[in-house]
Parts: sequence; structure tokens; C-alpha cells
Amino acid sequence: MTGTAIPQIITPSHTFLKEVEAKSKQTVSACFQCEKCTNGCPVTFAMDIVPHKVIRMINLGLKDHVLKSDTIWICASCETCTSRCPNDIDIAHVMDSLRQLCQSSGIEASQRNVPLLHEAFMSTIQAHGRIWELEMETRYMMKTKEVTSKDMKFGMDMFKRGKLKFMPSRWGAGSKVKQIFNQSKGRG
Amino acid sequence: MEVSYYPGCSLEGTAIEYGESTQAICRTLGVHLKELPDWSCCGASSAHVTSDYLSVALPAKDLEQAEKIGLDLIIPCAACYQRVKVAEKELQSDHRPEGITFSPKGNIRIMHLADFIWDCVGEKQIVSRMKKKLEGLNPVCYYGCLTSRPPKITDAKNPDNPQSMDEIMLALGANVRNWSYKTDCCGGSLQFTRLDVAKRLMQKLFDMALEAGANCIVVGCPMCHGNLDWRQSEIAEDSGNRYDLPIYYFTELMGLAYGEIDTVKWLGKHMVESKALLQRNGLL
Repeated sequence: MTGTAIPQIITPSHTFLKEVEAKSKQTVSACFQCEKCTNGCPVTFAMDIVPHKVIRMINLGLKDHVLKSDTIWICASCETCTSRCPNDIDIAHVMDSLRQLCQSSGIEASQRNVPLLHEAFMSTIQAHGRIWELEMETRYMMKTKEVTSKDMKFGMDMFKRGKLKFMPSRWGAGSKVKQIFNQSKGRG
Repeated sequence: MEVSYYPGCSLEGTAIEYGESTQAICRTLGVHLKELPDWSCCGASSAHVTSDYLSVALPAKDLEQAEKIGLDLIIPCAACYQRVKVAEKELQSDHRPEGITFSPKGNIRIMHLADFIWDCVGEKQIVSRMKKKLEGLNPVCYYGCLTSRPPKITDAKNPDNPQSMDEIMLALGANVRNWSYKTDCCGGSLQFTRLDVAKRLMQKLFDMALEAGANCIVVGCPMCHGNLDWRQSEIAEDSGNRYDLPIYYFTELMGLAYGEIDTVKWLGKHMVESKALLQRNGLL
């Protein structure tokens, strides 16, 4: 959650706006605050800053408030906002860019488990070329260090139904996937 | 009919019943699914959060293969479908990520399995293989987010009110219920990180399905299925409500209508008891 309240008097700065627009390739400054994104968003009840305010705050340069918000990690990527924006801003993609900027700025994610899940997911693809759920979930639990008896029972239920496999469908990632991951280094 | 097939990771694991039922009904319908050689993960809901490059380069790898083969590409998973479509559109746009040389020619169609079956296989063929009508089933069809949104990526004909699964179920004799929640989000991407948030979205879907008079929910997405099937009992427990809504893949119900003997095996993999409703209606 954002540490400090949103200031009432702001000296606008375009530095952060330019950074977000360059990263996302979206014209965030086109927003005229119609609030369609917020009104269509299914998870505003769990957000600390609703989506149209995030967009406004990018325009005003409130970088810290935005990157420390719950909102950027709560967004479920359902893309309702993107579908409805009358100014053609891909808001869900802007949320992705904000998550990446949060991580690259060394700011701690307000919802720490969300980036840990994505890390576990991507490491599994890098290792095998495909998702092997057992490994992905083990990696995730080792990162979060949160395993409940409910999780264990859930895992057992999945095994019993043949939904969690003891072996991956393939061991190594193929040369093309390896090449893609190698080329991704240093890129956004 | 021959098509390229990209199953996606879930269909080998947590959604294995979707994979097996897809293969079975396509055989019955005379569709030859040619699996893309050595396909890899599309990056799903994680790559786009972590790297713009990976989110396009991973699905682009298999789209490139499919274009070389030259057959339409059929994808049963909503998330894979959308990520491959994103790769196609991004690489045709003027803001393509740097470092990817492939440019899609657009010589093949990329289609979600349900749209392919309804639009290309067609009603006549779907009905001609039917051995029993799905009478007694009152499903609502739930499409979720990613086969529809955003329409500029998915090219969905009717993004707020998709029809393909409704039409297929109707053709097979089910009493399909109308509802307004076909494409509302179930919170699938938050299932492991903020289950509390996902549960609230799912409960709304269960309540609205019941209000529409449904006795089951039909889906075409492994993430939606995993979410709605795995978490239903917890949501019932938390809320004190009774939710007794089997979540069927549309391919499982097609298999049932076609008399596939493996239907019982597929349904046995669900967390929510899914056979009793069919037995009560003399379908199993």
C-alpha cells in the first residue's frame, strides 16, 4: 500500500509520464478522466488507488505513490479497461509496465507474492520450455515460505486426480527457448 | 479437415481432461489435429508482467512454425490463444519489441477451439455425430476474459456476448440459460496470490449462474476451470451458501453427447462432483 497520503498540492512533473509512455508505448497523456476503466474494473474493492487515478497520477509525476501502490499488483489483467478506454490507452499493459518499472527501480512490491509467482513461473519455462506445475508451485512456495496444511491437501487432491505430474513432459528447454531467454537479457 | 494444434501446458497437466476430451471429439468430428512440433509455453499470465520481449518472443516462436506449416492454428486455452494473438498483432504493428526478426504474414487463422468448432466444423457436423441429447442440463456458458478481450487483439465478433459455446450446447440439446456474466473475470490470475480477491469474483459468478436457473457452468479455459472447480467448496464453506455447480469443459459435454467412453474418467478429475447431475438426467 502507498506509504503516504496523496498530496493535495502537487507541482506536476512530466519525467515519470515520459518514462511510462516510453516503456509502455501508450499515450497515457491522452486520458481525459472519463473513469470508464475504474467503473468496469472488477477488483477496485481491493485496490488502494483506482485505475483512472493511477493514470492521473502518472500524468502528475507521482512516481513513488504509483509504484508503491497495491493496485499495480492487484490488477487481474482481465483487460476490461483496455477494451473500454475511449482514448485507446491499453491500461492493462500500462499496469504491466508499472510492475516492471517497480521491479527495475528496486522498489519492494506492495503485494510481495505476486512477483514471486511470476518469477517461479518464468524460471520453470526457462528450465523446461513448458510449465511443469509441480516444479512451478514448489519454486513459488520456497520463495514465499508460506505453506499451509490446506495447500498440502490441495496438492494431494491434484495428485490423486492425475493433474500434478511427478515428471515434466520434457526436461530441457529446446535450443530456441534457450536462445529467446538469452536474448531477453538486458531488454525490457 | 487438417489443422495445426497448440495444446498449451495446462492441457498436459492440470487441465488434462480438457486435452483428452479435445482430442476425442476432434477425432469424432473428423478434424485431424496436427500438434506443432516441440511447441513451448506462451508465457501465459507471467511473461507480460515481467518482460515485454518475452511476452511476444515466446508465442511468436510457435506462431512462426504454424505459419510455415500453413494450416489454421487451433488453440483450446484462452490464455494461450490471446498471447498468440498479441504476438501476431504486436509484430504487425509499428511498436514491435526490438530483437525479434519474425514478421507474421497472416496466412493462417488463429482460432480458439470453440469458435473453430462452431464456425468451421459447423452445426450440421456437430449434430450428426450426436448419440444422446444433453437434456436436463441447464448450463450457463462462461467464456472468461481472454477469448474476448481486448477485441482489437482477439478479433472477437461479439466480445461482450460471445456465442460459440452457447450455440454448440444448444445444438446438442442443452437448455442453455442466458446471463450477463459470460465475460466477467473469475480472478484466475490471483488464485495463488490473492485468493480472497479471486473468491469474491467467483462467488458473484456462482450466484448469478444460480439466479439464471443454471445447474452447471460450461467453460473453455483451463484457468477459469481450475479456479471455479477447485475453489467452489471453499467458497461455499466461507459463505454458508450451497453451490452445487459442476464446471464442465464444453468438450467433455460434447464427448458425453457423442457417447465417448472416457467421459466418466474426465469427469472424475474434477474437484466438484460432476457425475451425479448427469446420472439424475439419465445421461451417464
